[in-house]
Formats: sequence, C-alpha cells, structure tokens
Amino acid sequence: MTKEVLTGAEAIVRSLELLGVTDVFGLPGGAILPTYDPLMDSKKLRHILVRHEQGAGHAAEGYASASGKVGVCIATSGPGATNLVTAIADAYMDSVPIIAITGQVGSHLIGTDAFQEADIVGITMPITKHSFLVTKPEEVPAALAAAYLIASTGRPGPVLVDVTKDAQQNKAEFIWPPKIDLPGYKPVTKPHGKQIQAAAALIKNAKKPILYVGGGVIRSGASKELLKLAELIGAPVTTTLMARGAFPDSHPQHLGMPGMHGTVPAVMGLQRSDLLITLGARFDDRVTGIAKSFAPEAKVIHVDIDPAEIGKIRYADVPIVGDAKEVITELIAELTTTLKGKQPDMEEWWKFLNGLLERYPLGYTPHEDGKLDPQYVIKRIGELSGPEAIYAAGVGQHQMWSAQFVNYERPNSWLNSGGAGTMGYAVPAAMGAKVAQPERLVWAIDGDGCFQMTNQELATCTINNIPIKVAIINNSSLGMVRQWQTLFYDKRYSHTDLNTGTDTVMVPDFVKLGEAYGCLSIRVEKEEDVDAAIKLAIETNDRPVVIDFIVGRDAMVWPMVAAGLSNDQVQYAKDAAPVWDGEE
Amino acid sequence: MSKHVLSLLVEDKPGLLTRVAGLFARRGFNIESLAVGASEIEGLSRITVVVSVDGLPLEQVTKQLNKLINVIKIVELEPDSVQRDHMLIKVKTDAASRSQVLEAVTLFRARVIDVVSDALIIEITGDTSKCAAFIKILEPFGIKEMVQSGVLAMGRGSKSITEKVAK
Repeated sequence: MTKEVLTGAEAIVRSLELLGVTDVFGLPGGAILPTYDPLMDSKKLRHILVRHEQGAGHAAEGYASASGKVGVCIATSGPGATNLVTAIADAYMDSVPIIAITGQVGSHLIGTDAFQEADIVGITMPITKHSFLVTKPEEVPAALAAAYLIASTGRPGPVLVDVTKDAQQNKAEFIWPPKIDLPGYKPVTKPHGKQIQAAAALIKNAKKPILYVGGGVIRSGASKELLKLAELIGAPVTTTLMARGAFPDSHPQHLGMPGMHGTVPAVMGLQRSDLLITLGARFDDRVTGIAKSFAPEAKVIHVDIDPAEIGKIRYADVPIVGDAKEVITELIAELTTTLKGKQPDMEEWWKFLNGLLERYPLGYTPHEDGKLDPQYVIKRIGELSGPEAIYAAGVGQHQMWSAQFVNYERPNSWLNSGGAGTMGYAVPAAMGAKVAQPERLVWAIDGDGCFQMTNQELATCTINNIPIKVAIINNSSLGMVRQWQTLFYDKRYSHTDLNTGTDTVMVPDFVKLGEAYGCLSIRVEKEEDVDAAIKLAIETNDRPVVIDFIVGRDAMVWPMVAAGLSNDQVQYAKDAAPVWDGEE
Repeated sequence: MSKHVLSLLVEDKPGLLTRVAGLFARRGFNIESLAVGASEIEGLSRITVVVSVDGLPLEQVTKQLNKLINVIKIVELEPDSVQRDHMLIKVKTDAASRSQVLEAVTLFRARVIDVVSDALIIEITGDTSKCAAFIKILEPFGIKEMVQSGVLAMGRGSKSITEKVAK
C-alpha cells in the first residue's frame, strides 16, 4: 500500500498509471489544466493531443474496440466536455469500454453559470453506464478505479469522471489500492446451469437452428468458443454489423450479415428458422425489420450479459444471463453430452440455405458512368490488406459495403458506429486503433460526407506518427440519404449534394486537404489504378495516407429491407425480390 | 394499464433521484407517485414509486432500474402491502360549516392541525382510495389548498427489504 500526499491532479495521473492505462487522448483547457501539468511528466502515460474533443472520444473508442482495453479521453469543462457527448453516446450504444475524464469549474462555482460551466454529469446521464462528480482530491483514486471497473466489466460502456478544478488542485493522502464501494453493482457472468440444460435440449430437437451472433461475442472475446460451438452443432451462423469478424467469413457455415442490408441467406435464414441461438445480440430494429414478423416460427435462446436486453424486444423461451464466453463454454460441455457427437438433422435446412447461398450471393452490378464502382474499391482494399488489418468505417453506404465486401476472419478487425450511426467515426477511431495496435495495418474507409466531419485528426496522426490509411469513397454526396431519396422520395435530391466529385467545383479538394495535413495524398479515378494506390498506401508508413477514390453516385447498397417492412420483403437488388418457396 | 408499487433501496448519492426519474422519462414509463427518504441504514435511501404499465414493460422498468449502479435492490410490493398517502388540506369554513367539517374529520380519523376563523388545515393519512373519498366530502366546503406526499409502502410481516444487504 502506497501512502503519499498528492494533488488531485497528480492523483488522476497516478491512478491511471496504476490502472495500467498507457495511452490517453485529449485536449486541455482551463478547468483541466491542473491535470495537464503532472501529465507532462508521466513516463507511463502517452497523451495524444487531438484537434477536437470528439476526436478524442472516438479515438478512445477505436482504441478499445481494436484491443479490448479501456480507452481514455480527457477534456476540459463546458464545451470541451460537451464535444465528447457524441462519442460517449456512441460508446453507450455499442457497449465500448471508455473512461471520459472532464475538468469541472471549482466546486464553489458549480451552479452559478460560471465560465465554461456545463452540467456534464447531468447531460451524459442517459448515455453513460455511470458517472462521478469528484469534488475532493481524496475521492480521485476510488472514482477512477470504480470507473475503470464499471467500464470494463459486465456489459462494457462509457463512464464519465467529472473532476472540479479545486479537487485537482488540493492535496490529499494518496491511498492505493482504493476501497471501491459499489454495493449495487454485481454483473452476472456465470450462467444458470438449468438454463444451459434447457438450451441444449432445444438445440438437440431443432430442425432449423441458426446462430444469431452479436457484438457481445466480440466484447467478451468468445470467438474461439463460438467457432467450436458452431461446428459442434453444425448450424448456420449470422454475424450482425457489430459482430463482423466474430466468426470467420470464409467458414462454410457462415451466411453473412443479417438485417436491413444483410445477405439474403442470412435474412431468410433467421426468418425461416425454428430456433434462434442468440449470442450477445439485442434484436435491434435494423436486424429484425418489423419485430412482430421477425423469425415468426422460431423459439429463442437469448444469451446476454445485460438482463435488461432479454425480453426487451423479443420473448426469450430460454433466457440466459451471463458472459458470452462462459455461457458458450458451458453450452459446449452440455451439448457434448446431449448430442453425443450426433448433430441435429439439418439436411432439409441446409438444402434450403445452400439454395439461397447459390442463388443470392453478395454482389453488385457495375455502373457504366465512367466512375469507379465503390464495391470494387472496398473489395480490393480488403483483399490486398488481408484479415489482420483493422478496418474502421464511417456511417452510410461505404459502411455497409465495408461490412459486406471485406472478408473478416478475426474479431477486433471491424470497427464501426453501429447503434448510434455516428458520421465522422472513422478517422479518429482508426487513429485510436493504430495507437492501440501499432503493428497492424489500419484503414479508415470513409465517405466524403463523414470525412468532412472529423478529418482534422489527420493533423494529430501526422504530428504523432500514427500512419493510418484513409480511403475516401467519394461519391460527392451523402450517399445513403441519396439512396433513400432515389427509392422513397421520387429522386428529389434535397440537400445531399456535397460537390466533392471531380465533375463539380470540388470543395474541398481532398488531395490538397490531405497534403495540407502532411499526408501522402492521391486521387484514383480508374479501375486499373486501384491496386497500385492501395499497395502504395500499405507500403507507406512514414505518414498517413489519403486516397480520394472517385466513385459513381448511383451505386446503391443491396440487398435491402426497407425501413418499416418485414424481413420477408427483402429486396436482392432494385426491383428484384428473391423467390422463396419454390423448391427448385 | 395496471398499477405497480415498487420499493427501491438505493445509495444516498447526489443525482440519484435524477438518475431514477430520468430513466423513467427516457424509457417512456409513467410515474404515478414518488416518495423518497432515508431508510433505517445510514447512507441508504428508500424510494417508493408507483408506476402504471403493462406486465412486460414492468419487467423492463425493474431491469433498467437495476442497471443503475446506485440502485441496490428493487422489490415489487404485493397489492395487500401497507400503502399510505399523506395529505394536508386547507378547507374554507365558517361558523355554520365548521361542525360539519369536523364531523367528517372524525369519521375519517383525520386531524385538524391549524384553525383560523375562516379555514382549517386538516391532515389525513390512509390509502389512496380513503384519501380520495375524504377529498370528495370536503369539496363542497371549498378546498383552498392541498398538498400530498407520494405513496409510502412497506411489505407486511417481519421481513425487511434491507435484509441481506451488507452494510
């Protein structure tokens, strides 16, 4: 036990060090200044100065999502703290373990509308797993240790620690380890034995089982166990947008991603199943379509570490509260005895699914507009970079194509903003990922709209030697919104034109912009130049790379289940609904 | 829509009430009544909340409340649990009506707290229906002002919800 008198600011730095934090992303300001002083002397903490606090938040998320470690971001009070809000909301929706440390005005000034005062604890209450307001230096170690524990255990999520300026400046005895007193926090990780038996019994008797795998499997680090379970049962597997990479895309049992832009076999596999083996997934509306008509004949085994997810949208015949890794491990043990090496009879089921796989593979129709096909560009990025690379996407068409056309073979290789749908996630998240895993190749696959929201972090990347690669899928428009305008608003393109294409005024010119930030920047307009550009990017590691891929704006994301429809109404391509019941 | 009485044992921390109330607002649950106060254990408070929901969302209410780090325990109280409202009512009276009001006070086992020539303040405790009936009786005389607490509730028998809570 260490006993020493430290300022609250020194205690923040020391506590982070003792918690094993090695990297923090932040930007100083008045109320957090006391903490930045000892931070300068820390040998164990690398602080990366961002250009906007939102970048610090997403960088912490990318850091956490790529490595499984807790990401940390720091900002000052008022606007500094509110600039973190989007990233905190994003982390809450996607269960990302991050700690946000914010400075707060002096405790005697709280509530007086002091300069740069904002009630950030109040503002973030609905979007944090928990938050602390620290007004005394002696409270610092316990608050940070508790924040770390809460963020990283149970269902992970963001925790905010707001520290008043006087709490940073005043001194107190530093006691480590601190006493963490959380009588109301007891996450259940170990499943109930009876529920495991009930699940195994359902699996044994299922004719059309399917594994519906969500992001919880990645957060839990349960990919190896999942592979074993899937092969033990022999059932088809679908991985949601948040779970891409939890199960290898190359595996013959993998039907792909379900949902609004899922593959036809994944969407219909869930729809026609008689047993959903739901692992760390939450029946999101983008997966279920109209929830009432989702998988109408299926019984449901629902495994989640968060009891509140079970039964929230869909009744669970067998609810199992627990950590995905522990649950799957116990399920494997139970099924080994229950099945006795004999998989459920799924011959008919696989015949149906194989028919779908054959007839409705993922694909796209090339356009003849003289521009690149975005799907082709993304496919080649994946093929040339390989499964060990990290791919971070923004939100929109390019995100969906990146989820579809890159093959994911391992967890923590696909980072995106799934629940919140935060445009601008890609560049800072890629930056955070590269800091966490410097030996891995990191791509930000971004849209021209998204890129304009957070590209200032390229300065951070260049200055701090964080050589990420940015592929801008530039269709000169807010592509996904435009797609909806094409399909549902009679092609009335209200405010979706961004003028970044080569046949427009090109404001901004992304190549010039990238160069201004010190990045190797090139423009690619022809298919024959795509590979060379990607290879050049992969080989360039002395600075970040920006590639402006000029793609056609009429490319659309297919398949698609339109919002508010049942998954039975999935469209394979425009005006092409799959044939279901034909036994051909 | 059915009514449920929930009893929450919570840590007495700043912002706790905001967290609980905010959760109700955010998840679209309706609060009918809310009462907060100290429990017999130092540092722990007791919240009694009456919600109107359907069966399934009630499970959501309790599960979501349980996720709040400062919430230690939630119990849904049986309909036959002890449930009490507490009210203060200022009624207009004059020499002619006073005796009638006082008769009602006696009948309902309420109490007169303050008397002036043209008004009385009456205190009543009881379950929600008793209090409602009392108000109905007083209305013709003219209710000038009324305040009431949320429902306070406790399970019958010797068991306590703080049992097994280490403190």
